[in-house]
Amino acid sequence: MQAMNKQTWKQKAKAYRSSPLSLFLLILVALASLITVCALLFLIGYIMVKGIPNLTPSLFAWTYNTENVSLLPALINTILMTLLSLLIAGPLAIFAAIYLVEYAKRGNKLVEIVRVTAETLTGIPSIVYGLFGLLFFVTTLKWGYSLLAGAFTLAIMILPVIMRTTEEALGSVPDTFREGSFGLGAGRLRTVFVVVLPSAVPGILSGVILAIGRIVGETAALMYTAGTVAEVPSSLLSSTRTLSVHMYALSSEGLYTDQAYATAVVLLIIVLLINWLSGALAKKVKKG
Amino acid sequence: MKDMKETIMKIIFLISACASILAVALICIFLFANGVPAIGKIGAGEFLLGKTWRPNNNLFGIFPMILGSIYVTAGAIIAGVPIGILTAIFMAKFCPKWLYRFMKPAVDLLAGIPSVVYGFFGLVVMVPLVRQFCRAFELNGNGSSIFTASLLLGIMILPTVIGVSEAAIRAVPDQYYEGALALGATHERSVFFTVFPAAKSGIMAAVVLGVGRAIGETMAVIMIAGNQPRMPKGLFEGVRTLTANIVLEMGYAADLHREALIATAVVLFVFILIINLLFSLLKRRQK
Repeated sequence: MQAMNKQTWKQKAKAYRSSPLSLFLLILVALASLITVCALLFLIGYIMVKGIPNLTPSLFAWTYNTENVSLLPALINTILMTLLSLLIAGPLAIFAAIYLVEYAKRGNKLVEIVRVTAETLTGIPSIVYGLFGLLFFVTTLKWGYSLLAGAFTLAIMILPVIMRTTEEALGSVPDTFREGSFGLGAGRLRTVFVVVLPSAVPGILSGVILAIGRIVGETAALMYTAGTVAEVPSSLLSSTRTLSVHMYALSSEGLYTDQAYATAVVLLIIVLLINWLSGALAKKVKKG
Repeated sequence: MKDMKETIMKIIFLISACASILAVALICIFLFANGVPAIGKIGAGEFLLGKTWRPNNNLFGIFPMILGSIYVTAGAIIAGVPIGILTAIFMAKFCPKWLYRFMKPAVDLLAGIPSVVYGFFGLVVMVPLVRQFCRAFELNGNGSSIFTASLLLGIMILPTVIGVSEAAIRAVPDQYYEGALALGATHERSVFFTVFPAAKSGIMAAVVLGVGRAIGETMAVIMIAGNQPRMPKGLFEGVRTLTANIVLEMGYAADLHREALIATAVVLFVFILIINLLFSLLKRRQK
């Protein structure tokens, strides 16, 4: 079949000569893809070439001051912020997905509402989250600009991301697993935790990694919730800046372009790592 | 005892499921409660259609910012959507496997790059280029402009447009394509004139999602759009978007000014809700 459908170059050239439109369309799609890939390669290449020479040891000094413009505190804050947001949103999102997939009956109205609200959350721009965080966590709950306010704001942002991927992961666990577990006398709860969840782990993890990517790249939602203090936080209620916010501060001040390049490199490396990880996980999910 | 545990956990799961409902409700309540009174005080017409934004003189007209957001978004659609859709067609129907293994992660990576990094790239590469262009043709403008922002946002919405359109194209049954081939159409014609129209509503959904991303984008736009709060004058002159207005002034705003900024977010939020509604309608039609 394959061999029968194979065309030689000559045949193809002939086909294109009789149909110039086809050739034009082919060139069009190829060109568009080339532009897409080149935009990416140019962006990454440009920032790497300009930024890597600026990665000096003083950028990784323990404390930030205007002389060394160290990014290490911001990096540590990013990690703290990520962990904290995941800690808040992760269990909530996974439990919610468990309810939707394992407990809710088909045609349940609640499920529909949860889906719609989750979709709404995905579409809300990050600055609106930031403003909400400012109004609710910072002002109403009186947490001030703090790690905690930032983490809660981000937790709401990543909730739908983890929920959806977990839902998909749980949904793709074959029903025979559940039936087998029930058949052995296990209850629903036990089935979920001992049988279904473990086989859905790679899928859930890929959702978590996606969420980490969003947290690392977030700026607008954090400026007015976590604030912009460039120090390692001493408590949950102290103000911090993550790497992305740090990078925005550097480039908007205009004095530290070299350091901004270097920060961009660090951010890009983190993003590359995250993407590589999620790609590796996706491969694992496929193999099952 | 065992039943008890089951019930308790079931209730916990149920409560967790309600978290997203609670979040949306809280966001709506807090935004509207803080923003709508300001619209009342300023006057809805004055606020939405007023052409001057001068908080010091108690002039709060966000019409320039609404136009700014619309122009920049339209520009992003013009720049990004054709390339995005064509790339999606390439990836779904033309791409050899070995190339796909490279293209797919590349598009994912494009989606993963933080918006500050995009903004910074725009600031150090695109703004100077546009500035030189303006000088060469003796145009007003220093490089930070609608044009620059549109171009960068066009790149930023690419992964969204590509991802959703590719899925829509792949969802079209193979028979469409095979039928066209059997009638003697070339591969390209089959794809463009049978598969593509069949995926139309999915691709429209992709465009709508792209609009949502472009209109909500904040940091990248602030860094390269110039941010002047006045009526947009031309393609190569500065502009301020709704999102930029909030971020730039929230830090020091007080009283009515602050409320007006929250009201700006309300307007943005309503835009986004409409876009979301459109998106889910289109997705339902695809099914």
